[in-house]
Amino acid sequence: MDISNYLYLSVILFTIGATGVLVRRNAIVIFMCIELMLNAANLALVTFSRVAGNLEGQVASFFTMVVAACEVVVGLAIIVTIYRSRRSASVDDASLLKN
Amino acid sequence: MFTMPTLNYAQLAPILIVLGGALLGVLVEAFFGSKRRGPIQITLSLGTLVISFAWLLRIRNDISATAAMGSVATDGFGIFLQGTILVLAFLAVLLIADNDHFAPAVSALPGSEEEAAAISSGSRTTEVFPLTLFAVAGMMLFPIASDFITLFVALEVLSLPLYIMTGLSRRRRLMSQEAALKYFLLGAYSSAFFLFGIAFLYGYSGTLSLTDVGTANIFSAGSPVFLYIGMVFLTIGLLFKVGAVPFHSWTPDVYQGAPTPITGFMAACTKIAAFGALLRIFYGAFFLMQYSWKPFLTTIAIITMVLGSIAAMTQRDIKRTLAYSSITHAGFLLAGVVALNKAGLAASMFYLVAYGFATVGAFGIVTLVRDSSGEVTDLSKWAGLAKKSPLVSVAMALFLLSFGGVPMTSGFISKFSIFTAAYQSGNIAIVVVGVLSSAIALFFYLRVVLTLFFQEAPTDGVSVVIPSIMTRIAIGICAVMTLLLGVYPSLLLNLVDTMSTLVH
Repeated sequence: MDISNYLYLSVILFTIGATGVLVRRNAIVIFMCIELMLNAANLALVTFSRVAGNLEGQVASFFTMVVAACEVVVGLAIIVTIYRSRRSASVDDASLLKN
Repeated sequence: MFTMPTLNYAQLAPILIVLGGALLGVLVEAFFGSKRRGPIQITLSLGTLVISFAWLLRIRNDISATAAMGSVATDGFGIFLQGTILVLAFLAVLLIADNDHFAPAVSALPGSEEEAAAISSGSRTTEVFPLTLFAVAGMMLFPIASDFITLFVALEVLSLPLYIMTGLSRRRRLMSQEAALKYFLLGAYSSAFFLFGIAFLYGYSGTLSLTDVGTANIFSAGSPVFLYIGMVFLTIGLLFKVGAVPFHSWTPDVYQGAPTPITGFMAACTKIAAFGALLRIFYGAFFLMQYSWKPFLTTIAIITMVLGSIAAMTQRDIKRTLAYSSITHAGFLLAGVVALNKAGLAASMFYLVAYGFATVGAFGIVTLVRDSSGEVTDLSKWAGLAKKSPLVSVAMALFLLSFGGVPMTSGFISKFSIFTAAYQSGNIAIVVVGVLSSAIALFFYLRVVLTLFFQEAPTDGVSVVIPSIMTRIAIGICAVMTLLLGVYPSLLLNLVDTMSTLVH
């Protein structure tokens, strides 16, 4: 199979994630879209690693996974705290700070 | 295929000391009672920062690009910015040490019995000290990182603690939590862009080292489409962190919602770290293809300067005003990035120091102006403050005039040197717009100063609390430095001139 198909998939996943962040209103769903973007970047890294014939891209994708796990810890803590205070995880309800 | 890495621990020690201090801080949280934690944590944090700074002075001349197998570059530029971050973090910790800014029980619901019990028992949030140290370690790594993995990890190490620290405010809990949510979601969104950019730069050059990406351009190894995608996405991630204009919308909200000492820390140190990385990347890796990104970055700088100073004029809240002011300063600093000469590098370094001291000082003063329900950030309530507390008002005026770039303050020298560098590089447009938006910006700083000194105080006025000795030291040092760098700028100008070297 042509290796560029993996890249197309990666770009499509990234676009779905980036669009999802902009159109969805639930903080958890937005967060899942961000995770999708990180995984799209991982797929691109591994594909390019295969093309370049070295391991650097694969090593980078491991680091990305660890960082994504840390982000889940911090992010869910913040989302759960705000959900407990106002019984909603919608980003539209979070509007005390005016623009 | 794997070889044992050789690490030069002496050169990595400043970062490792800060990380060690942060881990000790976590242990202190676990093993000491809530009454004793406070003083221990303050001593530990300040001590860690001092030891790290002392070590940094020891190794200030050890310039090498191989301290960690090419992953970090300890050069004059990096060591200078690390030192600046340590000094400003020290001052910020002195402000953070004031017990009154942080929620006693962060996980308790606002207004619940649990929260009331925590307040009456006098417990305090001491987690903020190890979190600060973790953020400082990330900030110290960010400007010296010279491969993309280190860059990404450093970005996250500095960001993740800040997301939490934003949500710790004692008063207006909901607003603080919202600010944390906004900062987190937008920050994670931008780091996804940053990572995707890294992936495509790797696809273009087949390497993750900044130096090799830079030289890959000459031989144009891969498709230039990959290069452009990579450059644009990486730049978006960085511009988000510095708060440049299309990516600035988080700045006012987060600055307003976060506890004020944290805002000061974040505004000063994050900007230094992010501009450090930005300068290293654009002066190093992307230097050879400057003609492809210079117009783009010049446009961003111009929009940032103009929109930042216009938006600041319409604000009624001092923290939001300072947030827009920090956006404007990001625009001026970008002028130093696109200058792309040695003078531009040195001017940016001077600018970051001057801006950092004035910012920590200004937010330090915001923490002092209070009424019965906590800090008052509404500008109309600040009217006539000079009659009640002349000293605090004079210090605030000094910081604001420095932001505005009035002669005899550090802000004038930094603006002057950055515009000189931009002029030398032949970028006249940015100089003209820069000077004009400085004039607009000066208008709103003067408006605040006039409010402080010449308006009648309202009847439901505010009072300035008597600052603790640590807050007093922090604001005092910031004020002295702001004045000193304005009157005797050659002290620092000579230093940045010798330190403005980059190794690749």
